[in-house]
Amino acid sequence: MKTIFKSLLAITVLSIVYSCGNGGSNKGSQGALSSSAAEKVYVAPGEHDEFYAFVSGGFSGQLAVYGLPSGRLFKVIPVFSVDAEKAYGFNEETKPMLNTSHGFIPWDDSHHPDISQTAGELDGRYVFINGNNTPRIAKIDLTTFETTEIIEVPNSAGNHSSSFVTENTEYVVAGTRFSVPFPQRDMPIDEYKGNFKGALSFISVDPEDGGMDLKFQIRMPGFDYDLSHPGRGDSHGWFFFTTYNTEEANSLLEVNASQNDKDFIAAINWKKIEEFVNNGGGTKMPTNYAHNVYDEHTHTATSTMKKEVLVVDPSDVPGAIYFMPTPKSPHGCDVDPSGEYIVGSGKLAAELTIHSFSKMLKAIEDKNFDGDAYGIPILSYEATLAGAVKQPGLGPLHTEFDGQGNAYTTFFISSEVVKWKLGTWEVIDRKPTYYSVGHLMIPGGNSRKPFGKYVLAMNKITKDRYLPTGPEVTQSAQLYDITGEKMELLLDFPTVGEPHYAAGIPADIVKANSKKFFKLEDNKHEHATKSEAEAKVVRDGNEVHIYMTMIRSHFAPDNIEGIQVGDKVYFHVTNLEQDYDVPHGISVIGANTSELLIMPGQTESFVWEPKQVGVWPFYCTDFCSALHQEMQGYIRVSPKGSSVPIKFTLDGDAVDAE
Amino acid sequence: MKLKVLVVAITVAIISSCGVDGKKSDKAVSPKEEKKEVVELDPMKDKGVGPITSITLGEVDEAMASEGKEIFKAKCSACHKMSKRFVGPGLAGVTERRTPEWIMNMILDPEKMVAENEAAKKLLAEYLSPMANQSLTEKEARAILEYFRTVPAE
Repeated sequence: MKTIFKSLLAITVLSIVYSCGNGGSNKGSQGALSSSAAEKVYVAPGEHDEFYAFVSGGFSGQLAVYGLPSGRLFKVIPVFSVDAEKAYGFNEETKPMLNTSHGFIPWDDSHHPDISQTAGELDGRYVFINGNNTPRIAKIDLTTFETTEIIEVPNSAGNHSSSFVTENTEYVVAGTRFSVPFPQRDMPIDEYKGNFKGALSFISVDPEDGGMDLKFQIRMPGFDYDLSHPGRGDSHGWFFFTTYNTEEANSLLEVNASQNDKDFIAAINWKKIEEFVNNGGGTKMPTNYAHNVYDEHTHTATSTMKKEVLVVDPSDVPGAIYFMPTPKSPHGCDVDPSGEYIVGSGKLAAELTIHSFSKMLKAIEDKNFDGDAYGIPILSYEATLAGAVKQPGLGPLHTEFDGQGNAYTTFFISSEVVKWKLGTWEVIDRKPTYYSVGHLMIPGGNSRKPFGKYVLAMNKITKDRYLPTGPEVTQSAQLYDITGEKMELLLDFPTVGEPHYAAGIPADIVKANSKKFFKLEDNKHEHATKSEAEAKVVRDGNEVHIYMTMIRSHFAPDNIEGIQVGDKVYFHVTNLEQDYDVPHGISVIGANTSELLIMPGQTESFVWEPKQVGVWPFYCTDFCSALHQEMQGYIRVSPKGSSVPIKFTLDGDAVDAE
Repeated sequence: MKLKVLVVAITVAIISSCGVDGKKSDKAVSPKEEKKEVVELDPMKDKGVGPITSITLGEVDEAMASEGKEIFKAKCSACHKMSKRFVGPGLAGVTERRTPEWIMNMILDPEKMVAENEAAKKLLAEYLSPMANQSLTEKEARAILEYFRTVPAE
């Protein structure tokens, strides 16, 4: 009898545990009771997603913030782009962010976001991202989700093997894709070979305030540097770059840069070079690049032109740089969570090549070299090889890791994600992507501590997956559940711009730090108006500065006279609200940089150059309150030379009446 | 017999732990039909609703009042004048019309006040523009209260 009861008990408990597990993230449950894909990505109204995904917008120059698993879009952060939604690049405060040595460049190609790390784990302070075309590295602050710093990278061109951070965010690293004359000069293109060089730049990140500084550049041979990743764990202190065009071709690269059987992964001991530099090593070279910083307290960016860069040649620091032969124009250069394996995705190769860090050290110690390239030792291919994934697919591009001993690699040509095992190199699963996947992302998948629940595949082609929208169709990402032995496609979702590359992080690491509003007392803007009584209008020649405030639901002043045709009118507008999510907007007829959206406690400015006599309204452009439609005012524009005096009022009184 | 009880107990325990694990219970929550009688309080007894339940006032602290005046100017004066009705009510002599607790609760949690306090509801109906929460600290609200004490009705 007792036995019966015992078995009954066991069955009951088991069945309940089992059914309970199906609703959660029970690993490997693939039974008939396993929940539907829809349920797994459904985030109920009012509930929050588990992960943030920062997905670059490729050619759009932006970085978009999505929630996972829902795929919902929260925000598009303009980085290397102007954005009418955020006024970024339009208002006076942020225009300096887009300054470069080539002038104001309002549009770039944003590629590889990477989240700051501490001890090899995501710390959620910053996202870094590279601008490819006019080489730049940007930093996005995850308390405000705004771009707060951009540093131009001199001597670089096609800033592609960027912007990856070292284990404690000591550096964000930016490698050139195209080699160029270094420094730039007028010379025949066909003298490329041996004369062009590739800049690998190490930008230090201040541990306290995150400030970036271009500490040194390594002047490498004239190859193309495609992607990179830092070592971690035992390999911390090294950085790995894939190269192609080791042929140093300068034309028809699709043929001429595919000649060599193997290109290289460059292994760079940056700690050794840092030590060299700290001891006064390197050559100071004249250059010209912009360093743009947005100050949260002045709500204003400043741009400074830097005139010098410290350059290190590989021959300056013997024993710091080696080449590991890697088949066929490798693209992805990915280091596993332990730091032991370096995966090179030879995009024209029949297999994936995995190098071993410990074997690399041994090969260096044994001087197991196979010649050199421009004085840099080439390690014997067999000596560093850990293994290869055989016949994994066609066109491998990029690998991330789940922290459970598995790697996930995208294959562009065969359009699939392939799961394989580190150490045994066996393929475990493959799932198609729709279509032609480029990069993929597992939250923390390029750190010591991945959160291996989902993989996000970012596709290059969408074709028939959504309702058609003319020749230009939506861009698309796809989410897979990777908690089981086999991957499961859960969701397609459209993205803003090309979803080129992404970084993901558990929301809990970030969301508590998200700022709610700016404190008025901390507002150090040069033209802030911190109370209505301080609002004013000041004429200075043909410039007029309007110091205006906004609060639900009026502007102060809201009647302004004494403006003349031909004046340059600066609106400096401060939002006096001190509550979460109460922005106000402002625009005035004929202003080409208006429609500012100003957060509580913030000041923003725009310029208006009235061209016509009349009385022109301005109004709040963001629905702010029940009386939003009443939030409006008038500005009187008189003919040039008119005797109408400057006058500014609210409700018939001077704004500073009481 | 004992074992049966044990089975039931364990089952219940597991089901409930399962529920805690993120599963929503299907329990329908029916809104309680409590009819509250609307009682207009004597304004000088109405403490309002919010974080402040009791304030003891001493002699006017001039330093605190002048600090309160500055905060008022920065955070409140866009909508409130002392001398006249503006976006919100004129505030000269407000401490003669409202309790200190009511005033501070209105500053610190205007959303709750206009939702739950009868006097605040009436003010909203009259002025239409809901009072903005300026995220002041209790200390700042207290200083503003002190400033109000120095401005009598005209």
